[in-house]
Amino acid sequence: MSLLTAYPEVLASVPLVAQDLPAADFSDTPWWLSLFKAFLLFVYVMISVVIVIWFERRVIGRMQQRPGPNRLGPLGILQTTADGIKLFLKEDVTPKGADKLMFYAAPLIVASLAFVSFAIIPLGGDVQMFGHTTPLQLTDTPVAVLLVLAVAGVSAYGFVLAGWSSGSTYPLLGGLRSTAQVISYEIAMGLSLVAVFLYAGSMSTSQIVEAQQQSTVLGIPLWYIVPLFFSFVVYVITMIGETNRLPFDLAEGEGELGGGFHTEYSSMKFGMFFLGEYINMFTVSALATTLFLGGWHAPWPLNVLFDGALDSGWWGLLWFTAKMWGFIFFYVWVRGSLPRVRYDQFMALGWKILIPLSLVWVVAVMLIRSAQEGYFGEGRWVTVLTLGGIGVFVLIGILLWDRYAQRRAAAREEAQEVPEEIDPFADGYPVPPMPGQRLVEPRPAVEQARPVTVAAGHRDGDDPGTDRTTEEERRG
Amino acid sequence: MADPTEPHTDEPARTHADSTPARRGETAPEGGKKEPGLLGQLFAPVAGFGVTFGTMFRKVPTQEYPEVKRPTAPRFHGRHQLNRHPDGLEKCVGCELCAWACPADAIYVEGADNTDDARFSPGERYGRVYQINYLRCIFCGLCIEACPTRALTMTNEYELADSERAPLIYEKHQLLAPLRPDMLTPPFPMAEGMEERDYYRGKVTGATRGQQDYVEQRDARRDEPDADADADAAQVEARS
Repeated sequence: MSLLTAYPEVLASVPLVAQDLPAADFSDTPWWLSLFKAFLLFVYVMISVVIVIWFERRVIGRMQQRPGPNRLGPLGILQTTADGIKLFLKEDVTPKGADKLMFYAAPLIVASLAFVSFAIIPLGGDVQMFGHTTPLQLTDTPVAVLLVLAVAGVSAYGFVLAGWSSGSTYPLLGGLRSTAQVISYEIAMGLSLVAVFLYAGSMSTSQIVEAQQQSTVLGIPLWYIVPLFFSFVVYVITMIGETNRLPFDLAEGEGELGGGFHTEYSSMKFGMFFLGEYINMFTVSALATTLFLGGWHAPWPLNVLFDGALDSGWWGLLWFTAKMWGFIFFYVWVRGSLPRVRYDQFMALGWKILIPLSLVWVVAVMLIRSAQEGYFGEGRWVTVLTLGGIGVFVLIGILLWDRYAQRRAAAREEAQEVPEEIDPFADGYPVPPMPGQRLVEPRPAVEQARPVTVAAGHRDGDDPGTDRTTEEERRG
Repeated sequence: MADPTEPHTDEPARTHADSTPARRGETAPEGGKKEPGLLGQLFAPVAGFGVTFGTMFRKVPTQEYPEVKRPTAPRFHGRHQLNRHPDGLEKCVGCELCAWACPADAIYVEGADNTDDARFSPGERYGRVYQINYLRCIFCGLCIEACPTRALTMTNEYELADSERAPLIYEKHQLLAPLRPDMLTPPFPMAEGMEERDYYRGKVTGATRGQQDYVEQRDARRDEPDADADADAAQVEARS
């Protein structure tokens, strides 16, 4: 930053890669067409949700070697309809201790905000609609992606309000977890998006999609999943955390919280949360498609075939939907493969790994972009030198970290001693051991007759420190 | 690890030096399991994803039960059946051995004497009342072992559920094997020139001409609104 402010002529001399403004042209879109597009978008999202609930259950069924829902309609496709009707007809219970207003408002917040983010997602290129040429995108702004983050932040209110207003313990815990989760993962998510902004030179979704179409050879577009693979990985992890999905569904962990923030909700109020959660899945998947997978543009061989005929107009909707459903499948796949993580592990992953690494990555991307754009001077070697510099820096960092970790492991070994043994039944009733204490292990009846030689018997094998040393030796 | 639940006799002798080589052996390549290659090690943390993805393309073992019924094992213990001799006479002689053998007390039998007018089985006696209570039956098959005439066997039919208790007490007419086309409906006399033991020797292979005639006459008499035949018919109806 100081570089740019100190040498304004540098900034002026280098043209930016792309315009900051949206690439989508809304000049030929009257208000009623926007309204119509909003309606179409609503239908698109709702149908997607209906299909995904069935899709998820079918796919996860196959992953567990069972057929999944297959009773209603061909392949059970009407299952979601039946579930929806069931939700409608169920009794709507409001707990006595609930804060009525907030209890009603929370599901509305979650469900309605879930639709908002989809407004800025480009589903396709320019199409003809009622004699007007309009992009398949409801709207776009120069800060469109920030809008998604903002909406995600606000919808966290829905979860925490739901948890709090239920007037019950588990929902409160679930709501708090959900808030902490959404907020802490939004930081890492935002940082992973910064790299995209640096590459695209814009936060407008349509502009980002266009920026990814700059091809290298043979018309192969350089989608940001390739240069920003690390950002992509971080985004995928955070998007699962952000949407409260397995393995990060701590806010509604059935085993721990009996359903989390929506424990006390029933009937359509629960349905709203259900709906909102699935729409959020689509939103983050759509954003991932837009930011990393070239948005609505066709994958490589198809985008140059037939003079690009498959890469324009309504075709974009197909490619976009296919890519988005790829992410949805990944969601289901993750759910079928991974168990729920512990809450502290989850937070440690977010704060101690994803955020610091994302910060380092963003700085690296910043330096690379500066070199590419010529802020470090002209010449073909500048970029290479910058890359080399970053590499050396990262290597030094890894070495330092490794030494630090080794020293810490050694220190922990030193500190490890055989804990004092206590008899848990000394006072007549069982007590758990305090930190640094150890229980007298129960012995089989045969051995009880013999004199107990605790100290001699345990010290040899029970010391974990010695085991770790052998581990280290073997590795090193 | 000095595991107290493990019965060792030489605990003080177990030293660090002893346990280390054993532990080394666990991860050594000759330890049986093959060491994964570089690629395998690289993808080991996400190997579970491969498992779930691969499972998607495996055969689903689910049985679509009510629509598709899978045949049972041939000797599956299902609902009981009271068998018949080849001419249609019942095999059950009303001896109650099945009821005595039953550990769950699920079988109730009342025997009665065969008469010349109404013969239901070869020999002296037949089972007039035969009930199996499927609320009690444990399908152990001891009744089948006890049956001296092979009258009682088990079928492979297993759909024996009901929402009420009474229909689960199966009566004789529900348990009797259906008549094959060449069989006649008891009561009718034994085949001419045969006695009880001939039935068990397999000498009777089907209904004889005389038996068929008897049954035809009997049925014709029953159809007539005759006073003295009415009593017979009522008896026949009640017993078959």
